[in-house]
Amino acid sequence: MSDFEPKIAAFLCNWCSYAGADLAGTSRMEYPANVKIIRVPCSGRMNPLFVLKCLANGSDGVLISGCHIGDCHYSEGNYHARRRFAVLKRFLEYIGIDPRRFQMSWVSASEGDKWAELIDELVDEIKEAGPNRMGNDKYA
Amino acid sequence: MKIGVFVCHCGTNIAQTVDVEEVAAAAGHLPKVKFAATYKYMCSAPGQALIVEAIKEKGLDRIVVSACSPNLHEKTFRKCLEDAGINPYLVEIANIREHCSWVHRDRSEATRKAIELVRLAVAKVSRDRPLEKTYVPIEKKVLVIGGGISGIQSAIDIAFAKYPVVIVEREPSIGGRMARFDKTFPTLDCAACILTPKMVTVSQSKYVTIHTYSEITEVSGHVGDFKVKIRKRARSVDPGKCTGCGACFAKCPVKVDSEFDMGLGKRTAIYVPFPQAVPNVPVIDRKNCLMFTRKACGACRKVCPFGAINYEMEDEIIEEKFGAIIVATGLTQFDHCVYGEYGYGKYKDVITGLHFERMANSSGPTCGKITRPSDGKDARDVVFIQCVGSRDEQKGLPYCSRLCCMYTAKHALLLKEHDKDAQAYVFYIDIRAAGKNYEEFVKKVQDEYGAVYLRGRVSRIFEKSGKLVVRGVDTLSGAQIEIEADLVVLATGLAAQDDAANLAQMLHIPYDRNNLFTEAHPKLAPVETITSGIFLTGACQSPKDIPDTVATASAASVKALGLLVQDKLEKEPLVAVVDAALCSGCAACMAACPFNAVEIKEIEAGKAKNKRRVAEIVEEVCTGCGNCTAVCRMSAVDLEGFTNRQIMEEIEAL
Repeated sequence: MSDFEPKIAAFLCNWCSYAGADLAGTSRMEYPANVKIIRVPCSGRMNPLFVLKCLANGSDGVLISGCHIGDCHYSEGNYHARRRFAVLKRFLEYIGIDPRRFQMSWVSASEGDKWAELIDELVDEIKEAGPNRMGNDKYA
Repeated sequence: MKIGVFVCHCGTNIAQTVDVEEVAAAAGHLPKVKFAATYKYMCSAPGQALIVEAIKEKGLDRIVVSACSPNLHEKTFRKCLEDAGINPYLVEIANIREHCSWVHRDRSEATRKAIELVRLAVAKVSRDRPLEKTYVPIEKKVLVIGGGISGIQSAIDIAFAKYPVVIVEREPSIGGRMARFDKTFPTLDCAACILTPKMVTVSQSKYVTIHTYSEITEVSGHVGDFKVKIRKRARSVDPGKCTGCGACFAKCPVKVDSEFDMGLGKRTAIYVPFPQAVPNVPVIDRKNCLMFTRKACGACRKVCPFGAINYEMEDEIIEEKFGAIIVATGLTQFDHCVYGEYGYGKYKDVITGLHFERMANSSGPTCGKITRPSDGKDARDVVFIQCVGSRDEQKGLPYCSRLCCMYTAKHALLLKEHDKDAQAYVFYIDIRAAGKNYEEFVKKVQDEYGAVYLRGRVSRIFEKSGKLVVRGVDTLSGAQIEIEADLVVLATGLAAQDDAANLAQMLHIPYDRNNLFTEAHPKLAPVETITSGIFLTGACQSPKDIPDTVATASAASVKALGLLVQDKLEKEPLVAVVDAALCSGCAACMAACPFNAVEIKEIEAGKAKNKRRVAEIVEEVCTGCGNCTAVCRMSAVDLEGFTNRQIMEEIEAL
C-alpha cells in the first residue's frame, strides 16, 4: 500500500513537548503531515481511555510525548504517565493491537530537531504496520 | 452556541504554505460555526478589532483563532474576548503555523492538515466553559540564587526599589568569578575596584540579606508564594563576634591549594578567600582543618581575641517564602584535560585564562609577575590558544563562549605591560569582538602591543629542553609553525556548573543539552523562564560578558519587581474541580497530586444527611497538571481548560 498515509494522533505536554514541536516549527524543520497534535498540560493528564478511543475510531497510531524523566514541569506527572502507559502498552499487545501503534516519547522544549526526527521515524513505522483495521473508519 | 473562526495569514508565514481562504471556507461548514474570516495579522490591533466587532455584531460566544502557537498569543486573544464582553476562557487556538505551515512544504497537504487542526479546535471550544480568574497574594520578597556580579546587580536594583531581597551564595564570599579577574576589557578597569563598591552596597543595604556558604536544598510553591529551604553550612566562625582581624588565619599551620588562586597559591584551613571578601568572616575548611581531621591544633580558637571560633557549629536549615526567584548561578570553566593536543592537563606550564588572571593580579599568588608554574622563571614567550573546548561538537561544547577572544587579547596586552620583553602569540580561528569598543581594543593589542595573531589551530604541545614546543599552523601564510614557549595559556570555554541540572530540576525550569537554563523565548523573553516567577540573569542562561550580565541582571530585577508591586497576582483558573456527587472518597487523586492540592473533607449528603468523605481541590495551590483527573476512576475530578469532554470531543474530530 504505497499510498497509505497514516493518521496519527499525538498528545503533547504543554511545557516540554509542545514547546519542542513549536521550536521545530520556528527552526523550519520539515516532517510529514500525518500527525495531529492535541495539547494537554502534562503527560500525566493522559487517560488510557483517550488512547483506546483514538484507536477504536481508526487512528493508525497514537503518540504521547512528555518532559524528560526528572524534568516534569509539574514535578512527577511524567512518572505517573510512564507507569500508567507501560501497563496500557502491555494491554494493547494482549488484545492484539500492533505495539507500534502506541508509543511514548520524551521531548524537551529545546529539542525541536529531535521532534522532527521522531515524527519521521514514527510515520515510517506506522506505514510499515499498515492501516488500523481494528477500529471503525470514523476518521476516513 | 455561535462559534466564530478567525484564520490568520501571519503575513506570508502561514498564507504562503496554507490556503487560508480555503481553511476559513471549510471552517464555515463545521457544526455550530456561524462566522469565519481571515486576516493578515490576527494579533495586530485591527486584527483584534475584527474579532471584537464580529463578536458584538454576530453575537458570537465561542472563538477559534487559527494562527501561531498558543504560547505566543493565547493571552492576547483572551484579552480580546474580555474587551468584547465575553468570558476570556471561551477561545481556543489552532496552531497552524509552528505545527503546520512552517514544517510542511506541500500546499495541499498543509492546507488539509490546517483544516483538520481547526476542526479539533472547534470541537474543543464547543465544550469550553466560562471560568473566573482567581487571585493569590504575593510575598514581597525576592530570592537571588548566586552572589556573583549578576546576583549582586539584581539585589542592588531590588533594594533600590525598597523591597527585601535575599542572596544565597555557596562560596564563603560573594563576588563570583569577577572577583578573580585582574582587569576587565575593554576599559582595563581593575575588576576588584569596580566590583567591591557593589559588594559593599549590598552588604550594607538594610533590604539585602546575604547567606554565604549556603545552598538551596528545596523549592516548592508557585509564583507569589515560593517556599524555599536554605542550608546554611557551618562556617565554624560566629559572624556576630568576628571582626575580620585575621589573627586566626595568620596562625593556622595547614596550607592547601587555594581555589581562588586556581591552585597557583596556598591558603590556610581557616581562611577568607580574598582580602575584599564579603562577609569578611573566615570559614573553616573542615576537610583539611586539623581539629576536624585529627582533633588536634585549635590554634585559631586560642588566638581569636573575640571568641568567635566555634568548632561545634552545625549546618542550619532555614525556610523562607519568596514572591519571585532570580537565578544568577553563572558558569564555570570547561575542563581542558580531555585534549591530548594540549597535554591532558599534565603540563604544569599549560594553564588556563583564569590562571593567567590570578598571575597578572598584583595581589595574586605571583604578585603580578607572569611566571612559569613549573620553575617560577619569568615567562617571556607566551602562546595563547583560543577556542579550547568551545566550538567543538566532538569533545567539547558546540557553542562559542563569547568572551575568550576578548580576554585573550586583554591577556596579551597585560603580558606586554608586565614585561616589555615578553612576546604574545595567539592561535585563533576567528576573532569575535562584537561589543562596544571591542574591535578597537583587539586592533590596539595587535598594533601597539605587538601581539602576533596566527590564524590556525595547534596540533600538539610537547616538552623539549625545559621549553614547551607548540606546533601549529598559520593558514593565512600557509606555513607550519613551531614556537618554543615558556608558557601556554588556553582560552578555555565557559561550561555549565556541575549541579546546574539539579538546580533546574529543583526549580522546575527547563535546561538544554549543554545544561544552560532555557529562557521563555530566545528573542523576546531572554530573562524569563517558562515557569512564572522565576527569572534568569547572567551567564547561567548563556555565556556573557560583564556589560551583558549587568544588563540582564537589571532586566530580571525589573521583571521581579513587576510582580512585587502588585497587590495580588492573577491566577489562571485552569485548575481541577471535584464533582462531590460522583466522588467516592478513594483519595487516589490525593496520592497522584504532586503539590498537596487535594484535601479530603467530610460532607453531609442526601436527604438522610449521610456523612461522606469526598475530595476537594485547594484552588490556590493547584497548578492544573491534571494528574488527579487522569487517575479518578469515578470521573469525579475534571480539569478546567482540558476537561475529559473537551479532549474526547477533539479525539472525535481527529
